[in-house]
Amino acid sequence: MVESSAKILELRGIVKEFPGVRALDGVFFEVSPGEVHALCGENGAGKSTLMKIISGLYPYGSYSGDLVVAGKIKKFTSIKDSQAAGVAIVFQELSLVRELSVAENIFLGREPATLGVINWDKVYQKTDILLSELGFNIDPRALVGELGIGQQQMVEIAKALALDAKILILDEPTSALSDTEIEVFLAAIRRLRAKGVASVLITHKLNEVFSIADRITVFRDGKSVASYAAKDVDEHRVIRDMVGRELTEMYPVIEKSVGGPILEVLHLSVQHPTRPGKDLLHDVSFSVKKGEILGIAGLMGSGRTEILMAIFGALHGKKIGTIKLEGERLDCTSPKEAIEKGLALVSEDRKRYGLVLEESVTKNISLASLEHLTRFGVLKNEDEMSIARNYVRDLRIKTPGINALVKTLSGGNQQKVVLAKWMLTKPKVLFLDEPTRGIDVGARAEIYRIVGEMASQGVAVVMVSSELPEVLGLSDRVLVLCGGRITGEFSRHEATQERIMAAATRFG
Amino acid sequence: MAGIVGSLKQSWRTWTMVFALVVIWVIFQYVTDQAFLQPRNLSNLFRQMTVTGVLAMGMVLIIVSGHIDLSVGSVVCFLGVILAMLMQRGVGAEQAMLATLGVGAIISFLQGWLTAFQKVPAFIVTLAGMMVFRGLSMGVTSGMTIPLEDGWIKSFGSAYLPPTWGWGVAALVAGFLVLKGIRLSKIAAKAGPSAHEDVQWGWTLLQTSAIFGFTFVMNAYEGIPAPVLLMLVLMVIFQFVSTKTVFGRHVYAVGGSVEAAYLSGVNVRRVVLGNFLLMGLLTGVAAMILTARVESAQPDAGQLLELDAVASCVIGGTSLMGGKGTIAGALLGALVMESLNNGMSLANMEAFWQYVVKGLVLVVAVWLDVASQKVR
Repeated sequence: MVESSAKILELRGIVKEFPGVRALDGVFFEVSPGEVHALCGENGAGKSTLMKIISGLYPYGSYSGDLVVAGKIKKFTSIKDSQAAGVAIVFQELSLVRELSVAENIFLGREPATLGVINWDKVYQKTDILLSELGFNIDPRALVGELGIGQQQMVEIAKALALDAKILILDEPTSALSDTEIEVFLAAIRRLRAKGVASVLITHKLNEVFSIADRITVFRDGKSVASYAAKDVDEHRVIRDMVGRELTEMYPVIEKSVGGPILEVLHLSVQHPTRPGKDLLHDVSFSVKKGEILGIAGLMGSGRTEILMAIFGALHGKKIGTIKLEGERLDCTSPKEAIEKGLALVSEDRKRYGLVLEESVTKNISLASLEHLTRFGVLKNEDEMSIARNYVRDLRIKTPGINALVKTLSGGNQQKVVLAKWMLTKPKVLFLDEPTRGIDVGARAEIYRIVGEMASQGVAVVMVSSELPEVLGLSDRVLVLCGGRITGEFSRHEATQERIMAAATRFG
Repeated sequence: MAGIVGSLKQSWRTWTMVFALVVIWVIFQYVTDQAFLQPRNLSNLFRQMTVTGVLAMGMVLIIVSGHIDLSVGSVVCFLGVILAMLMQRGVGAEQAMLATLGVGAIISFLQGWLTAFQKVPAFIVTLAGMMVFRGLSMGVTSGMTIPLEDGWIKSFGSAYLPPTWGWGVAALVAGFLVLKGIRLSKIAAKAGPSAHEDVQWGWTLLQTSAIFGFTFVMNAYEGIPAPVLLMLVLMVIFQFVSTKTVFGRHVYAVGGSVEAAYLSGVNVRRVVLGNFLLMGLLTGVAAMILTARVESAQPDAGQLLELDAVASCVIGGTSLMGGKGTIAGALLGALVMESLNNGMSLANMEAFWQYVVKGLVLVVAVWLDVASQKVR
């Protein structure tokens, strides 16, 4: 804390209205220099709107109230204005050019140049310094498109910081990071704090909040409802303020009976499609029983996504080994085949792989089951709509209507639409890949409940997740992957965070 | 009331287009001393739009799925040459027609296969097709015009549906719409009281009066032109395919997100190939209509038709990014384009103006669309 009295960022009574909605309803928010300030709240609480105001994306005049940076009322009209004032923002959606190198991305738009000729040595040198200062081990010359999503996120953070920012605002920065990557990231934030940079961290992950934040402000329904020093409160208090009620059971207690094995994988190996000699998966064997929830843990790149994709027929690479569904050999070459056989996959990146964003809730729900919704080749629209209506009601999908475009829904509700799509296919085995990424606490609990109900109806669930509490809370059994191999298997009672992490880092 | 506002908002794009069309018509009516809105001219206008209109229907589906077909102008020409040459050599009209459609299907199958299965971008494949088939047309004809032999294909180009038949068809369609309305309101009644009912009956009323109005105007001249009737039948079929079949739904899903569609079990390659096949058949139909209308096949026929078709789609609200667009919109777009052609030549404006004005209308239409999306 360099100057403890002066605030670097202040918001005074911000109100922002959209047609028919008051997204922000009198927000007060203060950040001191060198402070790590966590902003918590459910999706739709107004956090993103606030970010867009601070960054100048919603220009001065489109909101009421005062935005004060370092004691001066600011009237930002574009993102350039906010950058000039020392505000750096990393949005949840990455905005990197995949075809350019790390350094090119970081200096994009402000390359050091004399007479229009770029000084590339300087670009790479500066990038190197910047990355090592942050403790990120990334090659400045690597193409961004070839980096994992976690490293891309780090590049994005480095890019924001390259501007000598005084305030760094991060929207869900760790949602795509593995636990080790999160440690690197948190260390970087601590270094920045030591240098006097204030960080505003928007996140759903309360364990991170408590491990790093000095102060916590909670948003609910467009208002700032509570603000306290992190050391004065605990997780329960924050969750209660976020949802406005006590959340007693995050993970459902499921009454169910686990049946016989339904999906068996024997000695499955998958070769890397472009790098011969490298296996994405190596000699993987496991089985899942009816009604069982099998958790798969592992770091980024451990092969956890590939396992699901390979069985689902969506991974192109030479496959060796046997997969059996209900005792019969299963060798899917396309998702279409997998779906017909009774598999379903809730994929990692729902906006890209799970949903057709420009289409309605109804059309997204029916997409994987259209063949069963026809009579003489003609779609039965009324059936389709009543099915959609039922799911919207049963899964409590918050939407203006079944014809609303899914892109207008919040993340949690979008994910419920994806779940509805797969429930409609009546799967025998449900694959979940990071089912709650970027989803708020309230919606998370509901998604766990839905998955639990499916399991109790006899569906075998295989869930890949990098959130260990989720793996531990929901799974009957946990497999751990590392480097494409299974390095650990634990029953519900044996599994602990420490054991899983030990297995997840058991390379070689 | 909320329902009315909602449905108006949804079809906002359609209404601005209808409005633009009305404005264009009123201007031409004024500029041409009341010649434009005469039944005779409207009959011509609709007949002239059939070639672009038929092509635009196929083009919509291709663009919605995220691709494009630049070859259709040249292929229309090539198929017209095949049709005229076959008949010149004494092949019967039916066989020649089937051969034309067949060759159209084969050409588009090849282009679709290269695009969908070999991953060559459609822009390149069909740009190549544009050159290849223009060249082949010139080569096969040695640059000469081939007259179309007499027969029903030739007379089809200038035939009319007798007025009484026209009324009959109109009544049939109107009856169907009313039946559909009754069915829909029964379903709505089951779901409980709703504000949508008046909207829906308003729609039915609007549609039936449009149909009777259209028939009335066409009958005031010679009746509904046969090619126009064919186009309308195709419109109904394609509207049906695009909204009421699994294939149609898959087309939109692929255009909206290839990855999500693939992982939801859509056979993406087959959908794209299917689109190209439909485009090929429609190209064959367009070739027959065009050849019949000008009563000959010419090696320079159909130039820039592909761009007219694309422009019609875009004016009609189709997004070149894929995922969005309707058959009816594309036809409205084609009508706008043809109204400009027809009106300007009727007003004795020099031909170069047609290109300039059509170009400006295209860019303004998309500009307004982009600007309005920012506002909303």
